[in-house]
Amino acid sequence: MIQIIQQYGVAYLAWDGYRISGLAMTLWLLVLSCAIGFCLALPLAIARNAKNPLIWFPVWLFTFIFRGTPLYVQLLLIYSGIYGLAFVHHSAPLNAFFRQAIDCTVLSFALNTGAYTTEIFAGAMKETSFGEVDAARAFGMSRVTLYRRIVIPSALRRALPVYSNEVILMLHATTLAFTATVPDILKVANDAYSATYDPFDSFSLAAIIYLCVSFALIFGFRRAERHFLAFLQP
Amino acid sequence: MFDLAGYGPQILAGTLTTIELSVFSLVVSFLLGLAGATAKLSKNRALRGVATVYTTIIRGVPDLVLMLLIFYSLQIWLNDFTDWLNSLQSRYDMELPLDPLTSGIITLGFIYGAYFTETFRGAFQSVPKGQLEAARAFGMKPALVFRRVLFPQMMRYALPGLGNNWQVILKATALVSIIGLSDVVKAAQSAGEATFRGFYFICIAGAVYLALTMISNGVLMLLERKYAIGVRRATL
Repeated sequence: MIQIIQQYGVAYLAWDGYRISGLAMTLWLLVLSCAIGFCLALPLAIARNAKNPLIWFPVWLFTFIFRGTPLYVQLLLIYSGIYGLAFVHHSAPLNAFFRQAIDCTVLSFALNTGAYTTEIFAGAMKETSFGEVDAARAFGMSRVTLYRRIVIPSALRRALPVYSNEVILMLHATTLAFTATVPDILKVANDAYSATYDPFDSFSLAAIIYLCVSFALIFGFRRAERHFLAFLQP
Repeated sequence: MFDLAGYGPQILAGTLTTIELSVFSLVVSFLLGLAGATAKLSKNRALRGVATVYTTIIRGVPDLVLMLLIFYSLQIWLNDFTDWLNSLQSRYDMELPLDPLTSGIITLGFIYGAYFTETFRGAFQSVPKGQLEAARAFGMKPALVFRRVLFPQMMRYALPGLGNNWQVILKATALVSIIGLSDVVKAAQSAGEATFRGFYFICIAGAVYLALTMISNGVLMLLERKYAIGVRRATL
């Protein structure tokens, strides 16, 4: 254990000057995919609640497909599947994009978490209490103002507990990046394992780091809930 | 219907492996979950502590990390154990090799047991206390109370959470192909590599998972109807 920490401690946690550490890579993947997923989910959640089937059906299909298949399959599809298609090879920008492992990883993570987040936000928007919307209409708010001032802020607040779960599941899902050769915490642990043949110590170090990150996220979201959901406190 | 380039049997076998793995993992984690929930609600402080540590650690660590940890360590521990046994009795030369399916079942069952523990704990607590008191007043033994009163009512509260966990297990089985199980993902991958049509074959693997998800949705709906028999719904 001590030997692994001495040899690989820097690679797990710290910055050694020229290569990004496993922890930093994991957090970067998490932040990037959650940010893109969030931006994707907000308009899609509004579309998901639309009355027109031409609008809600494509969104439903998107969330159904991305929630119904494993993330690993989606990652394989984007990382190795799309790059094998002929038209990707012939187009320079697509080729440059899909050649980078980290681009493919972030794309698949963002689409996946976007699908789950869409359903979370759409559910919260649907539960907006009737009176609030009525009152807003009575004030003469337009639809854009209604969404901007009433529906979205209230839905995001009420979705916070479920959304925090989704972010923690996303942290756990970032471990898949190591199958696409992205150097995250698990990749460092795997390197340590192949160098020392000591699976328990190398992987449990990674497990401890992930546990600490999970607890930090849970703590942060608790604070956020106490702040944003103060009106629901007993 | 589809052009599978002769890889149909492999993909079918992989699908069956996936189903087998998820069903056995479900059974293991179901039993572990029941035991864990009982421990968490027991009066014994040591049992409660063990169950709390189990659920907290397992739910805080990514399943892939745990899977690699358990998969690689389990074989080493088993080897040490059989070496020790052999040193006691030198007549035998015992070995316990683990195939990826068995270790996948053990690992997934152990991981998702923690999630089931939490689901069952909530469901046990939702059963009205009066029901249990009435059962005890009838002179039922604890095992009978569990079988006749607690379990059937608890299942109704637990079913939505169970359904969710089942879908998560089903999708988590894809990870076991990373540690070398030839499931549907592995079959699709090797077919794609051999025919240079990776995109197409991985799409087929995805379609298999979608189909399994849809089937299990239907089964869950039937189960929910079964366990909701005799429940009065408020009509709004």
